[in-house]
Amino acid sequence: MIRTLGKTALGVVHELGEISLFGFEALRGFCGQRHRLSKLVLAIHEVGVRCLPIVLTVGLFTGLVMGLQLYYTLVKFGAESALGTAVALSLIRELGPVLTALMVVGQAGSAMASELGIQRNDEQIDALHTMSIDPKGYLVGPRLLAAVICFPMLTALFDLIGIVGGYLTGSVLLNVDSGVYWNRVFESVTWADVRGGFVKALVFGLLTISICAYRGFNTHRKASFPGVRGVSESATRAVVWSSVGVLATDYLITSFLL
Amino acid sequence: MADAFLKIRDLKKHFGENKVLDGVDLDVARASVTTIIGKSGIGKSVLLKCIANLLAADSGTIELEGQPIARSRRGSGDSDGVTFSYMFQNNALFDSLTAAENVALPLVEGTHLKRAEIRQRVDAMLEHLELSSSAQRYPGELSGGMKKRVALARALITKPQIVLFDEPTTGLDPERKFSVFEMIADYRARFGFTALLVSHDIPEVFEISDQVAWLDGGKIRFFGPPSDLHIETESALAGFLSKANYGRKNELSKGESSI
Repeated sequence: MIRTLGKTALGVVHELGEISLFGFEALRGFCGQRHRLSKLVLAIHEVGVRCLPIVLTVGLFTGLVMGLQLYYTLVKFGAESALGTAVALSLIRELGPVLTALMVVGQAGSAMASELGIQRNDEQIDALHTMSIDPKGYLVGPRLLAAVICFPMLTALFDLIGIVGGYLTGSVLLNVDSGVYWNRVFESVTWADVRGGFVKALVFGLLTISICAYRGFNTHRKASFPGVRGVSESATRAVVWSSVGVLATDYLITSFLL
Repeated sequence: MADAFLKIRDLKKHFGENKVLDGVDLDVARASVTTIIGKSGIGKSVLLKCIANLLAADSGTIELEGQPIARSRRGSGDSDGVTFSYMFQNNALFDSLTAAENVALPLVEGTHLKRAEIRQRVDAMLEHLELSSSAQRYPGELSGGMKKRVALARALITKPQIVLFDEPTTGLDPERKFSVFEMIADYRARFGFTALLVSHDIPEVFEISDQVAWLDGGKIRFFGPPSDLHIETESALAGFLSKANYGRKNELSKGESSI
């Protein structure tokens, strides 16, 4: 059992090393690409713009639910005036980066893994090799850079709309004074909280997009089945590994930040 | 062949216990058309992929004009410096790019040519291959034959020294097959590239081949001009050619020509 555990742990470490190298090579390869700006704009559209509606929707509902749940908890202690503080800090420090990352993984990450898997099976990646175009730099590099740009912005928007959601349930529905709510939000949130959230968003962006791209790009090596089943397996594993990675990394970063 | 353009020596590639290439020796002359024939799954595409550096060989050497192939992958940033092109069996076209964009891709991403020049070259190539009216269509909107022609255009747009064709006529009707072979021969004559083909279209492909290499058991068992191929030459080769209806088709074509 210990041997199996050790083997699994070594396998995970090896895989993490491969993913890190893959991400690094993709970014380095992107530097050598031509027409970098147009590729980056397309990738920002894919990772950022297309994920915006789902991020805003989930952010709003998360804020609405938090407003309700926290109100009924705080009111037991007569501390409903602290609703703004609780909603804002929970979102900015924890839920915003994590839920945004999970939403982007679900929307863009799975699509990316499937697309790259199909391109691998269809020999499009080999075709790039034969044209002396670095496939990692061409296909993955712009998406990684887009993740670095988009994840913090999407997280910020998630936080903002979540705080508005908390206001809607707390102040509009449950009659917490709106001045008190906003005052507590502005008073309690410090630059360190915002910076911590952005650090998480950056790390999650690099991590999730690297994992998703790596799984799709290496479908021929990593999937248990060839063809369509291999692609679907790659997409599924990309989402599962990314989600687990987000939560595990969140714990690590939080323990360093606190 | 002392002055072989492409020289392969003792090339080996194993997949686990399966020895796919077990000491392949092959000499390809400059500006010739060499066709590799053999049973399905015997390693013809693996050989092409080793030459194109898509697969790493376990041992052996592949030299282009005396230089190891990895060093001669690409020349300068100009399109004419490209050494290799590869036409894939299933075309490997990018679904999100139009036919014209697919053809232009190696020039746009791999050279420093100006936009106008790229456009001019792509338009000329598409016109040669009768694809001008489909230039703005996506691969999903093209027929099988059109996709083949787009893939051929993409393989030739960089004026490569060697073009590797992996079963370029798979899935085409006899008329289209003939026209693809005709295009390869025509473009070889026009651009002077060296062609290495993998094909099952026996004996049609022999019409454009200068040399035929028969791959069997991981080695090249026959190498020579198609005129040297006789079904009596060697029992295993004769068996393979008979199954490919070589003798019958050959006699039929001789009969047609005598009429």
